Amino acid sequence: MIDSGPARTHWSRRLLDATELDTRMLGMVGALAVIWIGFDLASGGVFLTPRNLWNLSVQTASIAVMATGMVLVIVTRHIDLSVGSVLGFLGMIMGVLQAELLPQWLGYDHGLTWILALSAGVLLGIAIGGLQGYIIAYLGVPAFIVTLGGLLAWRGAAWWVTSGRTVAPMDSTFRLLGGGTAGSIGAMATWLVAGVVCLIVLATLANGRRQRRRFGFPLRPLWAEWVLAILGCGLSIGVAAVANAYPWPKRVAERYAEAQGMAVPEGGLVIAHGLAIPVLVALAVGVAMTFLATRTRFGRYVFAIGGNPEAADLAGIDTRWVRMRIFMLMGVLCGIAAAISTARLNAATNAQGSLDELYVIAAAVIGGTSLAGGVGTIAGAMLGALVMQSLQSGMVLMGLDTPLQNIVVGVVLVLAVWLDTLYRRRTG
Amino acid sequence: MNRFFAVTAAVLLMAAPFGLALAEVTVGVSWSNFQEERWKTDEAAIKAALEKLDAKYISADAQSSAAKQLTDVESLIANGANALIILAQDSDAIGPAVQKAVDEGIPVIGYDRLIENPDAFYITFDNKEVGRMQASAVFAVQPKGNYVFIKGSAADPNADFLHAGQLEVLQAALDSGDVKNVGDAYTDGWLPANAQRNMEQFLTANDNKVDAVVASNDGTAGGVVAALAAQGLEGLVPVSGQDGDHAALNRVALGTQTVSVWKDARELGGAAGTLAVHLAGGIAMGDIPGAVVFNGGPKGVEMTSLFLKPVPITRDNLNLVIDAGWITQAQVCQGVPSGTVAVCN
Repeated sequence: MIDSGPARTHWSRRLLDATELDTRMLGMVGALAVIWIGFDLASGGVFLTPRNLWNLSVQTASIAVMATGMVLVIVTRHIDLSVGSVLGFLGMIMGVLQAELLPQWLGYDHGLTWILALSAGVLLGIAIGGLQGYIIAYLGVPAFIVTLGGLLAWRGAAWWVTSGRTVAPMDSTFRLLGGGTAGSIGAMATWLVAGVVCLIVLATLANGRRQRRRFGFPLRPLWAEWVLAILGCGLSIGVAAVANAYPWPKRVAERYAEAQGMAVPEGGLVIAHGLAIPVLVALAVGVAMTFLATRTRFGRYVFAIGGNPEAADLAGIDTRWVRMRIFMLMGVLCGIAAAISTARLNAATNAQGSLDELYVIAAAVIGGTSLAGGVGTIAGAMLGALVMQSLQSGMVLMGLDTPLQNIVVGVVLVLAVWLDTLYRRRTG
Repeated sequence: MNRFFAVTAAVLLMAAPFGLALAEVTVGVSWSNFQEERWKTDEAAIKAALEKLDAKYISADAQSSAAKQLTDVESLIANGANALIILAQDSDAIGPAVQKAVDEGIPVIGYDRLIENPDAFYITFDNKEVGRMQASAVFAVQPKGNYVFIKGSAADPNADFLHAGQLEVLQAALDSGDVKNVGDAYTDGWLPANAQRNMEQFLTANDNKVDAVVASNDGTAGGVVAALAAQGLEGLVPVSGQDGDHAALNRVALGTQTVSVWKDARELGGAAGTLAVHLAGGIAMGDIPGAVVFNGGPKGVEMTSLFLKPVPITRDNLNLVIDAGWITQAQVCQGVPSGTVAVCN
């Protein structure tokens, strides 16, 4: 396309150029909007209620956490098929620790139980990831094979911990990681979080502008900065408003009032959920991983290795140590995801996380991570996880049966990657 | 357990005239996949029953391979088995091996899974009955209102047997409109997490107006209860299950699950062991007490069968599972406020 001067170009083109927004990401947001509105119409207006969106956010959290790590794995041209089984094993370990082993020493619902169980799970995750990473990076066994072995081995290990018995219930503090009424931060804290996020957006924009001026880089037009600021703040405040628009279920609120000795006002007690703790955890993981991937030396190395492994090696990067660390990171994320899903179910079962590896990989790939390596964003993968979960939850609302759901998810996965390929070919 | 003793005693009485023939019996057991915890329980029960009758136990594990199971059965016959108990990996592929045993005059017992051969004996728990018990227990608590059905895995035929049994009980109420089906879904892979998500969506779609949940096993019931708890409805909405999972029995004591239909694997194993010895001793299949003719399989083959009755475990009879040594009182009563459940005091 020949650019015939700013005056002749379409306003949307100018907007995109000036704000430097990623068109690919915008495409995903658009696809998500189409899916959401489609389900809302098909389900008679149930999909786009605060309650369903809140549920959706909690249902997505565990996959989204793991998808952030899968991006780095895939960017370096590897794959991790073991995440679902590792999640099952770590969940089982954390479950047994807090429901059976620790209470013997501390008693039930001791204040230390949750942190001990969680740290044990995360540390074990590092060890498992380190072991797999070592075999991949230093012994030269392909990641596909090592993690395929892991897929079988850790599932077996999960069974072995309790001989297949389900462990329940979880520690009451640990359970907050799974969401629910208690596991949400309430209206006031949610507004605070939204406000802080808004301030950070503003500060980042201001700082970015200052840095560009300092180094003589081209600046965005001032109006474009304002568009970005309004978008960022609007999004965070909008999310907070939705989360706060979902009140506690009547029965829970009454029970709470009774326990607190409060009188229930006429028309019922309205207490807002606010953001759920697992969602905050996932968002924090997303921010941390984005920082790691784009602002640290480790992140640069990861993308350098993904772009061209030989060149990275010749440039003096210790590629094997970087690779091993990626898998250790994946182990940490599996530990966090295991905590979220175990807390949410309030039980550890040996089948937990079955097929999660496929959803995690699909989320990363729908989110624009290229299996050829070198390309991928954390935010894209988390958005991809949200797309996958929206499809699944929406189809249940519509009353579609499981086999049909699987067909739709499979078709969408292939379709999304095909569209992405077209997009990449056209934009070069 | 009473039922087990009744069957054993009855079979023993029947067998008394054949006492001599009971002497050198070897029972061969072909397992499909020994990796699952549950079959160890069955094996111990079969062994115990055989020991009581002075019979010898030999076994082979097919490790989930239908092909290996064929050679397993042949080698069990070669090793001198006078009776075979087969837990079929694939109920069709096992056909030739069963035929070979039948040709040699060796009685074959299809254990827990159906083997459609008119010369084989079929022993199992009645899965439809499990479904009927689940629905009855929930229906007793909530005879009217909106019902949700959380079915098993679509790939498992038992899921449909269970659901058929559930509907048998509820059909009249569904027809009269007292009970309304406001959502039913298969649970992919029987995964509790999938059941939880489905339940959350049903609660959302019906604005929490769900009065009862018929869940097909204890794992899915766990997911359902977690979803109900998020809406503060746990303990107010009756929920069914099956298997006697430890976590589920704890929920029954806590009052968040109404019933767990318990299939005591030891009862099944014991009955099968005794049965094998007596079939080897020459008792005709039709003369086994309690035997019925079953033709409800996919091919409609008429078979002599013994259906054991499962036991619905509710708050009122939790003592059964504790007395049977299935679970300890401490496990059942963890977190249960004192004075609410009889067995926990």
